Amino acid sequence: MQPAAERIEKDLLWPIFHTSVKYWIAVGVAGCLVLAGVAAFGYQLYAGIGVWGINEPVLWGFDITNFVFWIGISHAGTLISAILRLCNATWRRPVTRCAEAITVFAILIGGIIPLCHIGRPWLAFWMIPYPNQRFIWPNFRSPLAWDFFAITTYLTGSAVFLYLPTIPDFASVRDAATGIRKRIYRVLALGWQGTPRQWQRLEIAMHIMAIAIVPVAVSVHTIVSWDFSMTLVPMWHSSIFGPYFVVGAIFSGIAALMLAMALLRKFLHLEEYLKPVHFDNLGKLLLTMSLLWFYFTFAERLTTWYGNTPSEMNVFWSSIRQQFAPLFWIMVFCNFLIPVPILAVKRFRTITGTAIASCTIVVGMWLERFLIIVPALDHKFLPYSWGHYRPTWVEDTLMAASFGAMALLYLLFTKFVPMISIWEMKVGLQPHGGIPVSTPEGERHGLVLEGPLPLDEMR
Amino acid sequence: MKALYGLYLDPESAQNAVDALRAASSELKFDRRRIIIASGEPHEGYEFTDSHLTVSGPYRYAVLGGIAGGTLGYLLTTLTQNSYPILTGGMPLSPAWTNGIIVYEMTMLGAILTTLVTLLIGAGLPNFKGVISDPGIWAGKILVGVVDPPDGSEPELERRLQQAGAEQIKRS
Repeated sequence: MQPAAERIEKDLLWPIFHTSVKYWIAVGVAGCLVLAGVAAFGYQLYAGIGVWGINEPVLWGFDITNFVFWIGISHAGTLISAILRLCNATWRRPVTRCAEAITVFAILIGGIIPLCHIGRPWLAFWMIPYPNQRFIWPNFRSPLAWDFFAITTYLTGSAVFLYLPTIPDFASVRDAATGIRKRIYRVLALGWQGTPRQWQRLEIAMHIMAIAIVPVAVSVHTIVSWDFSMTLVPMWHSSIFGPYFVVGAIFSGIAALMLAMALLRKFLHLEEYLKPVHFDNLGKLLLTMSLLWFYFTFAERLTTWYGNTPSEMNVFWSSIRQQFAPLFWIMVFCNFLIPVPILAVKRFRTITGTAIASCTIVVGMWLERFLIIVPALDHKFLPYSWGHYRPTWVEDTLMAASFGAMALLYLLFTKFVPMISIWEMKVGLQPHGGIPVSTPEGERHGLVLEGPLPLDEMR
Repeated sequence: MKALYGLYLDPESAQNAVDALRAASSELKFDRRRIIIASGEPHEGYEFTDSHLTVSGPYRYAVLGGIAGGTLGYLLTTLTQNSYPILTGGMPLSPAWTNGIIVYEMTMLGAILTTLVTLLIGAGLPNFKGVISDPGIWAGKILVGVVDPPDGSEPELERRLQQAGAEQIKRS
């Protein structure tokens, strides 16, 4: 086992201690996008929120589209990782950290967008419930206050869920590093030694976290959907929005995860860890979500069409036949018609195939968020209040910056943290993936036979 | 803090070393708690790993933390709504439906934070002084040794660690 353990250690620590020119180019490009976003935001602060294309009645545009999109992307990581941990799926090991990191960064970016949207971000602290002399308290009846609580809980939970299993790996880097790097990792590792008690407590904590984080993840996107469905805007006031948003979030999240995995595999040379089987398994999950997404989209539109309420039909036809029709049909192509054949046929469900499907899904799901928000606001109940929305360069730049920020945070993360959990990979080298046979625990996992599983299967 | 330890290639020899050191503790008059075991990954199914022990404390504390968080959420919403009433257009001043969302999120936050704190306390973290680690454990070896061995006991401890199958004996 030792040579294999050493190899894992060496392979997974390699990106931390070696930096290629390609890495710096990628950091430079992502950094430029973020700087452009900072400049655009600075201009918006100086000139006011009027530099955006939003207007009466379309008061939510690219900003809230991006907010919902990024919160949706954040769903993949922690949720998938927690479910796979609870099921003790051994193939999860190389996937979980990539996924958990996506969650934390996506929710950070998603959380920043409402701050830009409120126009006066320096007053955002009014959302924090603290006694003050102005008697200003958050209105707990408002979905915005629910968002604040839900996102805070999810961000805290996801950050803890990401950090806990990283502590042993920080200790590993601490013992391999020198100089200032050693001092930094000494703090991050919190003095981890790897005693049996520490391992036992860590595994229990991860188990509790996995149980707790799944309902939180579901609640977050349900609450985001209530930002819309609690209002009486046509096509928003719907009870299907909760599950529809959750399905869409998991769908887009898995696509983002697979895209990240494909890039990490190529650029960090993780071919021996992120194997075709991981893409195949996640590809099947993505296929399921694509079919579910289509079903929910159909169900949502069916009830609208069957109800035939004039105000809702205006929104319905504007997105299917009129001004938003091109975007709608691109969305259907990107989320269903392109990915389903790729993901359904085993021959196409390769790393390249799943990466292509994931790309189209990410685009399609962004369009879906846009098509939920803008056509409905465009066509409210009375025609005299109808309006049009056209994003300005400031909004375009902020959107590009959000993608740049995601790339930048992820790139920096790969430089500081092993992207695959080293200790969990080593557990995979143990017979039966670390689950003892002939014990109550082994029996619970259905392990009654002696003898190790093949290495590839354990990974 | 000094330590004498051996590095073992497999959990079986680590278990032998732990048994040998436990036996030596009464002969050489040192506290069993000075025996240190460390590894780069958890090993289950061996007596020395404590994996056979049932630990229910963290689960209970998580539930208690959740209850505390939920109570805090309930108090935060109802007390503030009643202390600073706003016009609600005939709706209840303190509606259970919407407050339930805050209570739910605070419950989960309470459970999550309690789990974190329980882990840190239970695992003795953070601990920046007296960390005994060896790069060998990250290569799959298991460290078994004695912290601050009693004066004059080192040759005997070294012999026992070696006898148990240590690949290497080290001092820190």
